[in-house]
Amino acid sequence: MDTILLMELAINGVFVGLMYALVAAGIVLIYKTSGIANLAQGALAMTGAYAVLLFSNGFGLPMWAAIPVAMVVMFGFGVLTERIALRRMIGQPVIMVIMLTIGLEIFLRGALPGFFGAAVKRLNIGIPNAPLFIGDLLLNRALLIGGSVSLGLILLSIVFFNSRFGIIMRAVSDNQTASWSVGIRVERAIAVAWGLSAVMATTSGVLWGSTQGVDWSLSLLLIKALAIAILGGLDSIVGVLIAGVIVGLAESMATGILDPIVGGGTRDVVASVIIMLTLLLRPHGLFGREHIERV
Amino acid sequence: MFFRKAGISHTRYQDERQLWPLPIDRYAVVAVLVLMIAAPFLVDRLYVVSYLLPLIIWSTAALGLNFLMGGAGQIHLGYGAVIGIGAYTSVHMMRAGVPLEISMIGGGVLAAMVGIVFGATALRVKGLYLAMATLAMQYIVDFVIIQFPSISGGTQASLSVPPVTFLGFAVEGDKAPYYVALFICAIVTLFMLNVRRTSLGRALAAVREKDYAASIIGVDPFRYKLLAFWVSSFIGGLMGSVLAVCFYRAISPDQFHLDLSIQLVAMVIVGGLGSVLGVYFGVALILFAPIVLNQLIGAISEQFGLSITNDLRAHLPLMLYGGLIMGFLLIEPLGLAKIYGNIRNYFLVWPFRHSRQ
Repeated sequence: MDTILLMELAINGVFVGLMYALVAAGIVLIYKTSGIANLAQGALAMTGAYAVLLFSNGFGLPMWAAIPVAMVVMFGFGVLTERIALRRMIGQPVIMVIMLTIGLEIFLRGALPGFFGAAVKRLNIGIPNAPLFIGDLLLNRALLIGGSVSLGLILLSIVFFNSRFGIIMRAVSDNQTASWSVGIRVERAIAVAWGLSAVMATTSGVLWGSTQGVDWSLSLLLIKALAIAILGGLDSIVGVLIAGVIVGLAESMATGILDPIVGGGTRDVVASVIIMLTLLLRPHGLFGREHIERV
Repeated sequence: MFFRKAGISHTRYQDERQLWPLPIDRYAVVAVLVLMIAAPFLVDRLYVVSYLLPLIIWSTAALGLNFLMGGAGQIHLGYGAVIGIGAYTSVHMMRAGVPLEISMIGGGVLAAMVGIVFGATALRVKGLYLAMATLAMQYIVDFVIIQFPSISGGTQASLSVPPVTFLGFAVEGDKAPYYVALFICAIVTLFMLNVRRTSLGRALAAVREKDYAASIIGVDPFRYKLLAFWVSSFIGGLMGSVLAVCFYRAISPDQFHLDLSIQLVAMVIVGGLGSVLGVYFGVALILFAPIVLNQLIGAISEQFGLSITNDLRAHLPLMLYGGLIMGFLLIEPLGLAKIYGNIRNYFLVWPFRHSRQ
């Protein structure tokens, strides 16, 4: 195994991992505020990508305008989802809430390809296809840009959690009843968390859509994002960043090293193995708070 | 009118505790059973093979999942993988010359063993994490089945089922597979109806409601959760082999993907968690609604000259599953079983509503 190939695998893996981490950050954001794991995050990313396509191809907006418009629409979509569906489930067993988000995932996965056509659509956001050469290393430009944008957004959300509204959200995640009693509008904080997470999903949908095209398979990002969110700890944004790099590296190494041995397909199973191992060894993840149940 | 409670007063405890205390229910059960047995002689073979047989098989499989989700309150998103393990095990055993009856048990036992390994991992955590662990199980089992040619017979290949006999009857043609599936379905249904009246069923109900409370009254939650995983995975594996022998006749890895797991979960939720009768309603709705809707949309688009793309029609089932899951969870979390129960209770004493306790 030559070092150049390994280096390429490692660098591409890190950036892919950062792009996965952006999806995971949406899951963590919602979990942090409302304690719900949103299993529709992959489908939200897909919806975001389709929304951008709708505004750029359907309404003829230029790409620099279509993406922000799509983000605003998706923010509204996230808030509405919370208002219409999730808020009515407060107090129900966790199995019901999980099933609701799975139902949303299935619905979106059927509705969007159904109405917009199932064929893979190109989403061109102006990243040239030509690879970037650094010395002997051959790097994928789309991954580099996508990974950097994701890194920036995740860092931004860390900063956001130290702002006034971020502190409100942390209070809500800590104890909903207590924050209610000091005058925090808990419902609004949760709704905003859903909106922001939908915006993050849109960004990752656009980034992934520009590398692999837009179709239903964008919703498969869910399993990788879940692996990252669980490995990093469901309530830690920093954990998402580090776990994202780990998952990306592991996946890229598995593709490069294991695939020739077992004959392909390891890419899809790495995330599942990471989920199982994390749950087996350290269920609350690398940086997550240990969950203590009060009786 | 339809259900009469009038004039029925039980004088012994056994009478009140039987499975169907009302005579009308007993008649209904016998009528349904007779109809199901006579069905291959009454209706066209097309209906038996493509509607009744899937309904029976998927209902039995969904009963197994319902035992875990409704009975013990544990979520399982990898039930399709469990069914796949059972199917592949039993088909390999049959191809090695083992009789069908033993292969069925073998498929069930291996599925239960694999299921319990993942279950044991998952049971250290619960709720949310359990959902993810079983989701991971689905992907890992898929990967193993596809990647090992000795299991799947190659990526593209499908394994065909050799000619087999069940209790001395050759399972071939249209009628024999139907009766085999019906036989297994009847046994599993009876088990599910009775299990809630046993100590096992009550212990599981205690664990479902609150595991700490259960352990305080002396029910070991871990043990009973594992037991629920074991039983449910065993039934899943058993149904895998029934599915392979009676319905598919040749199995390939893509029959047991995540879509199947989600479809089964949708069946259980739409039918009503924890209800045996509800599962049949749920399976019927999930199986037949997309077909009916597709026909309906085809007819409407022809009638009014609307152009509806093939993509939309192909994705209608997914939209329907998602919409049904969301709709039932939001509007009637107890599913079709609850709706049926409400109607039944209304007519039980109709028109003397004041007599209902």
